[in-house]
Amino acid sequence: MEAILKNKFFVIGGGIVLIISLLVLFAPLLTSYDYGAVDLPNKQLPPGAEHIMGTDLYGRDVWCRIIYGGRVSLTVALGSTAVALVVGTMLGALSGYVRGTLDFVLDRVNDVLMAFPMLLFSLVIGVVLGSSMKNMFLSIGIPIIPMFYRIARATAMSVGGRSYVLAARAMGGGRMRVILRHIIPNVLPHTLVILSSAIGGAILAEASLGFLGFGIPQPTPSWGLIANDGKTYMFSHPWTTAFAGAFIALTILGFNLLGDGLRDWLDPKIRTAAKR
Amino acid sequence: MSDGQRLLEIKDLRISFSVGEDTVRAVNGVSLTLDRGEALGVVGESGCGKSVTFSSVMGLLPSPPAVIEGEIVFDGRDVTKLSDRQMRRVRGKDIAMIFQEPMRSLNPVMRIGNQIVEALLLHGAVSRGQVWTRALELLKLVEVPDAPSRLHCYPHQLSGGLRQRIMIAMALASQPRILLADEPTTALDVTIQAQILELLKRVQRETGMSIVIITHDLGVVADIVDNVAVFYAGVIVEKADKYSLFRSPMHPYTIGLLNCIPTLQTKRKRLYVIEGNIPDPARLPIGCAFSPRCAYATERCLTEKPETRECAPGHFCACHLAGQIDPLNP
Amino acid sequence: MAEPFIRIENLTKRFSISAGKRIRKTGFTAVNNVSLNIERGEVFGLVGESGCGKSTLSLLVLRLLEANGGAVYHGDTNILELPRRKMRRIRRDMQIVFQDPYDSLDPRFTLERIMNEPLQIHRWGTGAEREARIDELFAAVSLDKQQLKRYPHQLSGGQRQRLCIARSLALSPGFLVCDEAVSALDVSIQAQILNLLLDLKDEFGLTYLFISHNLAVVKFVSDRIGVMYFGKIVELADTDELFDNVLHPYTAALLSAVPDPDPFSEKKRDILPSGVPSLIDPPGGCAFHPRCKYAGERCARESPELRDAGRGHLVACHRLEC
Repeated sequence: MEAILKNKFFVIGGGIVLIISLLVLFAPLLTSYDYGAVDLPNKQLPPGAEHIMGTDLYGRDVWCRIIYGGRVSLTVALGSTAVALVVGTMLGALSGYVRGTLDFVLDRVNDVLMAFPMLLFSLVIGVVLGSSMKNMFLSIGIPIIPMFYRIARATAMSVGGRSYVLAARAMGGGRMRVILRHIIPNVLPHTLVILSSAIGGAILAEASLGFLGFGIPQPTPSWGLIANDGKTYMFSHPWTTAFAGAFIALTILGFNLLGDGLRDWLDPKIRTAAKR
Repeated sequence: MSDGQRLLEIKDLRISFSVGEDTVRAVNGVSLTLDRGEALGVVGESGCGKSVTFSSVMGLLPSPPAVIEGEIVFDGRDVTKLSDRQMRRVRGKDIAMIFQEPMRSLNPVMRIGNQIVEALLLHGAVSRGQVWTRALELLKLVEVPDAPSRLHCYPHQLSGGLRQRIMIAMALASQPRILLADEPTTALDVTIQAQILELLKRVQRETGMSIVIITHDLGVVADIVDNVAVFYAGVIVEKADKYSLFRSPMHPYTIGLLNCIPTLQTKRKRLYVIEGNIPDPARLPIGCAFSPRCAYATERCLTEKPETRECAPGHFCACHLAGQIDPLNP
Repeated sequence: MAEPFIRIENLTKRFSISAGKRIRKTGFTAVNNVSLNIERGEVFGLVGESGCGKSTLSLLVLRLLEANGGAVYHGDTNILELPRRKMRRIRRDMQIVFQDPYDSLDPRFTLERIMNEPLQIHRWGTGAEREARIDELFAAVSLDKQQLKRYPHQLSGGQRQRLCIARSLALSPGFLVCDEAVSALDVSIQAQILNLLLDLKDEFGLTYLFISHNLAVVKFVSDRIGVMYFGKIVELADTDELFDNVLHPYTAALLSAVPDPDPFSEKKRDILPSGVPSLIDPPGGCAFHPRCKYAGERCARESPELRDAGRGHLVACHRLEC
């Protein structure tokens, strides 16, 4: 455990993620404004003592909206990645272990999923399902299933060839037992390694959808929507979009660094090499 | 100075690695000589330090992390003191090495012929015009059937035995003075193994180079070498010419090894067994490293490391009890 | 003669492989019409070089791989025709130990969980009974039960193989397949495991199918030996009979190739020409004829049958038929 704290990527990435999580979690303590309160006389103020990040088109406090918006953005990102992790790992493990027709079909479906531009795909799902938090989980989660599926499938193929799987079958262990007890537990660390960068990707996807105007309905803020709010006056009054953008970028950076750190730490090859 | 016969001399070599808080002592004071034209067998189990010792002779152990002490004198020069650039001139040219798994040592996307030619040109052994003729000669030397057509093959198109022949051909390209063969036949089938051993024996006789065969298999060693060094836990526990080693082994470990392998002649119903496990190189015993597994160990063995003594002419053994154990009836 | 314990009849397995990017399917026959009996209480040794089909055969016998033809009788039931549920029950009686003990143990399981797995699968006993059973097995293979909370990577190679053996014996099988069970071990450990396997055989009344490429090891443990080449049994006899009276030229070559740890033996090597035949494009007739110094015109044309040459010594070679 100490070793991971020596990893710079992990410490910096983890630090960023931790700070942003705390800001978002304790949002009510960090601002006295209401994220929905319209105050037209004070619209589009630059950052100042009153409003540290200024106000938007409707005079709403940008800092307040960003930290509340982070709740939505992070929830959507975590929820959709969780959907993708669970579905991708299960299907990948199944596909890679069982092989045969099931694998052929799932792998072709996966090819099709990967052929769509991710954002377009999310948009289509979003439009079909309608916009709500749960539907956002699906519209962002489904397009990132292939990330997990591919890794899970490849790992399951190699785990499936190990003698301990053969030994479990020789004992009389059924297919489901082998998948649940041997395949998935050995596949999971490999998919968890990309979890962090997948979360980063999901934040970006949510932000892009929001910026395009397809996101959680107003007035609930999300980072993408906040950036969208400032879009019209982006050049004369850049604050709103700039601060939302900065938060998006910083958070993604944090998750990606965290992911790199975790991968270095979890990767069995790197770890055994260090042991030898 | 060494006499004219001596080609390689290892003096009190010690190699350790630090891993976390532990220090792994892979080689603990190995001294060894190799004469011109000598065929030496190096025998030991996994982790006994045999491969590490000869990797350091090749300069293949990056230091750090490895801590290398002692001297490795090749042709009058201590190779542990050579710079990378100087070492590269020795490695592959004067000392060549072949490994257990030839597929890993060959470039999978390059034709066999080109790889041999590259090896030849690298060491400037022949001129550009002569190079293909020489490559073909080498393949014939290692008895590759229909050599001309094999030059155009990729490694995966050849069988394991043929690949190992190609590796030997490449190692011979620079006309090395020492050929280090690390488990050269372990990955091969018995019938192929016999061919490769026969080949190594012939090539060594014809070229007059020295050869070191590193193996866990006493059977391999008995056939083609002159002298045998037995490694255990990073030291040489016994060294002698093969006849006296096999006829009158002195170290209890050697005696155990010779008795615990089933051979076609084994008649008994149970095998002789060396109890216990190979020691953890990070936690070696204080006294003789073999003492925890030794049926004869005395108080002294547990506390005092045995010195290497010449117990019979040319027969060296590091054991307090050398000569007192009946090799036939341990 | 007593009913054989395991009876293998005309067992055949073909693999198909797609060659490169072209989806042109080719295939090869890994196990070709193999028949043999294993008597209760004996050690049947199966020896052959890599790719001869011996490991495929072991998987077929345990039905870990589905055969393309033939039968495997356990007593008088053909296990290849059993429905899944009944097959599961019969697995208690047929177990396997693999070559690489590290690969045979799930790295995420503790020793305790590893030992419990077969017992759980077959809902064997209560918690206390299982614990007692594991103690018993650990004692039988000389493992320390203090180590039950540990993980496989914390054991040495020899201890791991002991663990694999203990696990395979958990459900008191009568038949144990040892597929190169000592090949990956260091020599000093190999002897320990071989002795252990022989002790366990007496203690638990086991029957072994012992598969190895090492002729000396097979000779040491086996009562009878089958020599496999290219998916077929080419010679089969009692151990003493086989070594006193080698009939098949391949067995003779194998025997002469075994390195002998004795520098005094002036053994003449009978070195085989290289050129192991390609599995995908096998030679016609006897598979060994391209490397055989006795090969005649008939050998290239016609594949020899396995015939009794007297004293139950079976051999597949045309030279012995006339």
